[in-house]
Order: sequence, then structure tokens, then C-alpha cells
Amino acid sequence: MALKLMWREPVETRTITSEPAAGSAPEKAPRRVLTLGDIAGRESGGLVVLLVAVGALTLASDTFLTGGNLANLARQVAIFGIIAVGQLLVILTAGIDLSVGSVLGLAGAVTAQLLVAGWPVVVAIAVGVAIGTALGLANGLLVTRAKLPPFIATLGMLGIARGVVLVITDAKTVQGLPESFQQIANGTVLGVPNLLWLAAAVVLVVWFVLTRTVFGRYIYAVGSNPESARLAGVPVTAVTIAVYAISGLLAGLGGVLLTSRLGAGIPTAGTGFELNAIAACVIGGASLFGAKGGALGAATGALIMGVLNNGGNLLAINAFYLQIAIGVLILVAVGFDQWNSRVGAK
Amino acid sequence: MTRPPGPGTATDPPAPDDPAGGGSLPHDPAPVDSATGEPVAADPAPRTGDGSAARGPAPVDQLSGGPPAGSASDTPVPVGGASAGSGPARGGAQPQAVLELTGVWKAFGPVQALSDVSLRLLPGQVHCLAGENGAGKSTLIRVLTGAIRRDRGEYRIDGAEVTTASPAALRAAGVQAVYQELSLLPHLSVAENLYMGRLPARRGLLDARRLRRSARAALAEVGLDGLEPDTPVERLTAATKQLVEIAKVLTAESVKVIVFDEPTTALTESESARLLEHIRRLRDQGVAMLYVTHRLEEMFEIGDRVTVLRDGGLSESGPMADYDENRLIAAMVGREVTSLYPEDRVPEADDAVADDVPLLQVRGLRRTADGPSVDLDVRAGEIVGIGGLLGSGRSELLLAIFGAERIAAGEIRIGGRAVRPAAPRTMMNAGVGLLTEDRKVLGLLPELSIRENVTIASLRRASRGGLLPGKSQAAEADRLLDSLRLRAGSYDQPVSTLSGGNQQKVLLARWLLTEPRVLAFDEPTKGIDVGAKGELYEVIGDLARRGLGIVVVSSYLPELIGLADRIVVLRDGAVAGELPAGASEEDVLRLASGGGGPEAASGGAPESAPGGGPAAGGRSSGPEGDERGA
Repeated sequence: MALKLMWREPVETRTITSEPAAGSAPEKAPRRVLTLGDIAGRESGGLVVLLVAVGALTLASDTFLTGGNLANLARQVAIFGIIAVGQLLVILTAGIDLSVGSVLGLAGAVTAQLLVAGWPVVVAIAVGVAIGTALGLANGLLVTRAKLPPFIATLGMLGIARGVVLVITDAKTVQGLPESFQQIANGTVLGVPNLLWLAAAVVLVVWFVLTRTVFGRYIYAVGSNPESARLAGVPVTAVTIAVYAISGLLAGLGGVLLTSRLGAGIPTAGTGFELNAIAACVIGGASLFGAKGGALGAATGALIMGVLNNGGNLLAINAFYLQIAIGVLILVAVGFDQWNSRVGAK
Repeated sequence: MTRPPGPGTATDPPAPDDPAGGGSLPHDPAPVDSATGEPVAADPAPRTGDGSAARGPAPVDQLSGGPPAGSASDTPVPVGGASAGSGPARGGAQPQAVLELTGVWKAFGPVQALSDVSLRLLPGQVHCLAGENGAGKSTLIRVLTGAIRRDRGEYRIDGAEVTTASPAALRAAGVQAVYQELSLLPHLSVAENLYMGRLPARRGLLDARRLRRSARAALAEVGLDGLEPDTPVERLTAATKQLVEIAKVLTAESVKVIVFDEPTTALTESESARLLEHIRRLRDQGVAMLYVTHRLEEMFEIGDRVTVLRDGGLSESGPMADYDENRLIAAMVGREVTSLYPEDRVPEADDAVADDVPLLQVRGLRRTADGPSVDLDVRAGEIVGIGGLLGSGRSELLLAIFGAERIAAGEIRIGGRAVRPAAPRTMMNAGVGLLTEDRKVLGLLPELSIRENVTIASLRRASRGGLLPGKSQAAEADRLLDSLRLRAGSYDQPVSTLSGGNQQKVLLARWLLTEPRVLAFDEPTKGIDVGAKGELYEVIGDLARRGLGIVVVSSYLPELIGLADRIVVLRDGAVAGELPAGASEEDVLRLASGGGGPEAASGGAPESAPGGGPAAGGRSSGPEGDERGA
């Protein structure tokens, strides 16, 4: 594992050295407003790790590159990727959302209960997503209005949301969901799992928002320096509330999809997802200090973690070792980032 | 120790007259020189002052700003008289300098912050350090306390050369400092703060009783007998904190010299008076003190001697008794206003839009309910300068007008239309821009590219359907940056890679892109090299010519006077007066520091200066005696 991870090093170094070079060449690409150099550079590191991991697994395991396994991988990663890009938006503003796992669990369980109670599928889904959005909104208000540190506000929400799920479900799995609902996450279109389509759509939308819209640029501005942003006319409070709301919305969507995939509302679903989502963002090049990172990076980070897990299963590697590997991966990713910025600063 | 340095230092020119003063001992006995010794500066000066007329001229030339050219040769006489009363008598100590800096040079990159500055501190004397902002006072203090390394020059404590001028070594040698920004840890108790780093402990366990006992004794030293050592520092008033800070300094093993860096900035009048009382007591105990303040009256109240810095060099030095307010200001300023500033702008602008409604009208603006109220008018094509000392509320006024700080009352009209300064965005949309003083904290978005930093304030206006504006805005931004002659490899590189001057240009471009009608600059050239300064002045002049209303806050008086068509001087948050274009630096300083009243008032343009009185409200710290003592 560690050997593969080392591949990140040369890549990162290269992107760095290429940046000043591009800078010194006067007016190289003067028309592009977005600095792809910075963000794509950060993402390319994760991309190479991903390719290396995939290549190695293809060689090491006959089953890795089969349609069945890839579809399986896609289903595993999709929900996780959706949450990760939501988390990314929050992280870009230098915040953090620890509540996504619990919110996911609550939204999924409520949707399941409504379905069992005979509500129409569309309405049940809408309620689930709305719950996620509302809790995200509450996070945003706690951070901006009550001035709580994001860590604390969302830590509180983590506990509250999980507690509520356990109360309303009595800690029992909600079963007996309609087939049409289960079909949402388990079906395919054009031979590709629905979940993958959905996740790709979410990632693309977030990517578009971040790179092409004023709101996206405001997110980076808030993460870079909220006071400067405010003095430049950026509606810092509104942007901050919005990112938490979106993170909640995507967590709610994730909860609905997970319930659909599992065919049951599980009260403990999503436990620990928040840390995995943060890890995916960080591995994908996001900085917890804000303003650095991109949607494709977060998606790549989620994929890397999914592939490692999947490959570990295929190769029958003890899952505990995989946890160690992912921990090391996070340290290496962030360590290189720090080292990078130090070198870059000289 | 004293012997070797003598010959060693003789490497410098003074060799000829050195024999007399080489070792400090032979020199000292003569009581006269105690006083004369340190008056005037430059490296050989200590000896020359009285002894050798030959060396006299050199330093005297520097003094030319000071009134009598012959003052150097005169000095011995008045000085001897003056100090006979104060210096030696009080300390009763021998006249040897406790701390002596000779011929100190310090450069930061291309900027020469200190050139050939000398300073001698005598026991039992308060030595004031005066100078405008940027004259090199803080650099000198930082050299003195070891915070930065001097490039050249000699540093002696008690006549012995200091080899390692690290902060720790100097503290151990008895050089202590009380800083303007307090260095206390707010969450810890008073006692813990007093002994932080050397808390009394037995086998690693904190000896709370001993800590409290010694803390009480230390607090009693500075008259804080009633203060409970367990009180958290954050619960103290500014004045008490300042005293605790002094108590902390006094707990050091050795206290020979104390540097006070603007200790009264955060204090009310009565608190300041108490602080000065403590300083006098320390003086009587024979401690040498270096006192830095912007308040002239304090210098006269407490100072025995004064050294004036100007542009990083030594302007004058002498006994306080030789100075009055005017002479001191002259020594601080004494500089030609350079021709960096746009000259011919005013008439043009006046032709175009002379009698319009003011672009910016501020009426009765109060930041707090009981604070002073401020009126301000800025016409199209006019550059209004805002002067005042640090802490006089200049930046706060700009921030309040820009909607970045809450206001308690007041009306703001832009082009005659009333606007409520609810948020920077409102004011931005109304056509007001603000370039803040602290670019790093309140301006730049360091992770974003140069171009992104420029467009951020204008995105929404040019956006369609929430999408980022297209190429035309980027091209517009590039055009602005080009016209400002921004020096950067690519406008895509992060803005944090630029130098100060270029960062300022980026922020200027940001605001120009919003097409403002009123543009406010807070210390526009702070930390910017001279070349970029000239360019910025030119741009500011251009903007005024194009009919913008410009407000400039600057601590650098030549800049303020060179740029502004009229200068509004603030003091303690209120308008102290208004000066016309041709005002002198002395006028501004006098108004700002509340110096000579009548003269300054007559110089001011009476029309729109409501005066507000010299800050009747005083500083806003409410109940003055609010001491936490008893």
C-alpha cells in the first residue's frame, strides 16, 4: 500500500514546479478566469493514485475488472461520493460538517417509515431530502447566527440527529419497502447502475457550481478570508448558510438512496460516514483551512477509498489493515500538501 | 570588560578623540557629561558633546532642522543646568549609561529603517523617543530588546559590549519592555501571568501558595494591593492590565532598563496619570526608561531627555527642558514635501464639478450612542485627507461609512441620496469603495488568483443567471491591471505571490471595476516601496480628476498634505478641525495631538469644522475610575 501511495509524491512535486513556470511565462492563458492550474493540479495527484490503485488491482486480481465487480464498486462508492461533495462545499468555506452521517441515517429512516405507512414514493423521498436540508440549514444558522464553531455546531447535530432516529425507530430496522422504491438504487440505465448516474450528476452539478457560477466563486472567497470577502461585498452569511444546507440536502439524498439500496431503513446507517467524507475531500486535495479543493478531487478521493476497500476484499486482505492504509493515505496526502505550500512559499 | 571594548571600538573614526572616552571610567567622574554625553547622537557624540568641538559639527548638521545651529555647542550649558536638577541628583548614581546604542543601522530589504542612530539611557531618567509613524521608533525598540538583529552598530549595557543580543539574553541583562499590545495571556490568572515561564514548583507540582504570595508582593509594587492574584487577566480593565504588565516586568531578576511602547494608548486620562506616577516612582528608584508616545504633552510631563527620529535617522536629541511643543514638532517633521504628489489637478476638477451636491455627505455619524458625532463632505473631484494620531478613529470612521462596522446614529448620502450603511454590499452598490489599511486581513483573498481577486466585487453585477461573468469582465480586469502597471507573471497566479505595492494595485483594480463614485483609501501606501507609491499617487490624482470623490487616511503627513485638497483632523473620534490644502505638518500634528489651541484653530477653515471641541467625550472607556483594585 505504502509503495503505491508513494506515487503521489512525484506527481505533486511536478505540479508544483510547473506552476511557477506557467506563472513566469507572461500571459500564458490570459483569458481563463478560473485558475485551473491550482485546483486541477491538486486533483491530479489523487487521480494518479487512483489510476495506480486500479492498475495494480487489475493485475493482482482477475475479478477486479469484471462488470459485476465494477457495478458493485459503483454502488458502494456512489452514495459516499454524493456526501463527500456536499462535505467539500462546507470544507471550502473553512468549515466542517460532522453531522452528515447522522442526518443521512435520519432522512433514510424517516423515508422508510413513511413508505411503510403507505405514503407515495415521491412524497416520501421529498420529505427525506427536506429533512436533510432543514438540518443542514439549522447547522448553517448555528454557525452564522449563534456564532458557534462549525465543529461544535455540527457535532451537536450529529448527536441530535442520531438520537432522533433511534427514538423514532425504536432502534429497529424499518422493513417492508415497496419494490418500486428499492428499484431506484438497485436498477440500471443503459447497463450502468442508477446510483452511478446519480452520483455523477451530483458531482457534475457541484463542479459546475464551483467553477462556473458566482455562488461558487463566493464559496472560495469565504473560505479564503471571510472578512476580506465581506468587505468586497460577498454575502458571507448567506453563502455559509447555503453550503451547510446543501451538505444537509445531499446527506438527505444519500440517506434515501441508501435506504433504497438496502431495502430497509436502518437506524444506525451512516455511522462514521462524516469522517470518511472528510477523508475523501482531504485525499482529493481539499484543505481544511478552506478555499482549496474541487468537486472532481472530492469524487476522486471517494473513489480511491472505495477502490481500496473493494480491492482489499477481493484480495482477502484483512479489513483492519485497510483502515490503517487509509489512515496513512490521509496523513501522506495532507503531509505533502503542507510540504508543498512550504516549498511554494520559498 | 570595559577595557577591551574601548580600543576595539576604536576601529571607528573617533579614534583620535577616543583616548579620553575609551574606557568609560576616566570619563565618567566629570558630572557634566552625564548630561551632555548623550544629547546628540552619532557614534562619537557622547564624548564630543562636551569635549571635542572638533567632532561637534558633524552631528550638528543633522540637527539643522532644530532651531539654533549652534545648539550643539550650547548644549553643555543648559544641559548641565537642567540635569543637575533632575538626572544625577535623583538617581544619585554614577553617570555611566546603563544602555548605550551607538551608530546603529538596520535595513529591511531595500528599506533603510535605521541609519546611524545612537541612544544613551541613564539610570534614573526617562528618555522619550519621538518621531512620526515610520520614523523608525519601533525598529529601534526592537533592536534594543533584541527582537531583531542590528546590521551595524554597537550595543553596550553598563559599558560592556553585548555579544548575543537575543531577547532572552537582554532580558536577563536587565532590559525589559512593556508593550503596547499587551503580552498577557487573557485566560490565565494574574499570578500565573506574572510568573509565566518560571512558575514556582516543587517536583513539577505547582506551588500555588508561593505563587500567590510572590504575586501579591509584585502587585503591591505597582500599587495594585487589592487585586486578587487569582483573577483572570481578561476580567481586568486596560489600565490594570498595563500595570500588571509592569509588575511582570519588575519581577524579572534584573531591571535596569524598561522600554514603554505607547503604554497610554488604551488608557483614559486618569489612568494615564496613574501610570505616569508609577513611572516617576521607578525613575526615582534609579531605573532607566525609554518612553515612546505620540502624545506630546506626556513627553513634557514625564521626560528628562528626548531623542527624535526622522526617516530612520537621528534628528535631534537633548534634554526635554530645551524643547517646547513647536521645536519638538519641527524636529519630528523637518522635511521637504516631495514632489511625488500630483500637482496641477485641483483647478481642472474644480472647473468640472464645482458646485454640485457633495458626492458623499456624512451627518452626525456616531459609532456608539454616546460617542462623538462626525460630519464629513466629499465633493466630486476632491481629495479629502483625514489625519489624526493612531487610535483617533480614522480607520473606524471609514469602516463605518463603508458599512463594515455598526453605527449608532447618523446619515450618509451618496450623491444626495440617503443610504443606510447596513453592509459593505449596500455601500458598494451605492458606489462606495474602500481600500482597507490591513490588506492581508481585510482585503486580499490569498488563495484566489489575481484576476479572481479583482473581479470578486463585481461578479454579481455582471453575472447573468448566477453564472460567472464571461470573458468581457476578465478582459476589463486585465485592462485595469495593465493600466495600473501591475507587475506579475500571469494574472492567474495566486495574489499572495505579489509584493505589497502590487497587492495594493490589485485591490485598487477590484474597486475600480465596481465603478465607484467615492473611493476611500486607508493608509494607501503602508508597506509599499517608493516607486509604487508614486504610481499610486498618480492614480489617485487621476481618479479625482475623473470626478470621483476621494478620501485618504494617512499617518504619513507629507503624503496627506501632498495629496489632499483639504484635511480633516480627528482626535479621539471627533473632528478636531479642518485644514486647507496648504496646511503644514505642524498644523496637522498640533490639531491631532491637541497641542497649541488658538493658533491651530485659526489655521483651520472654519466653515465646515464643527470642531466638536477637543473631544469632549473623551475616550469611550466609560467610567474612568472603573478600577478592579478594591
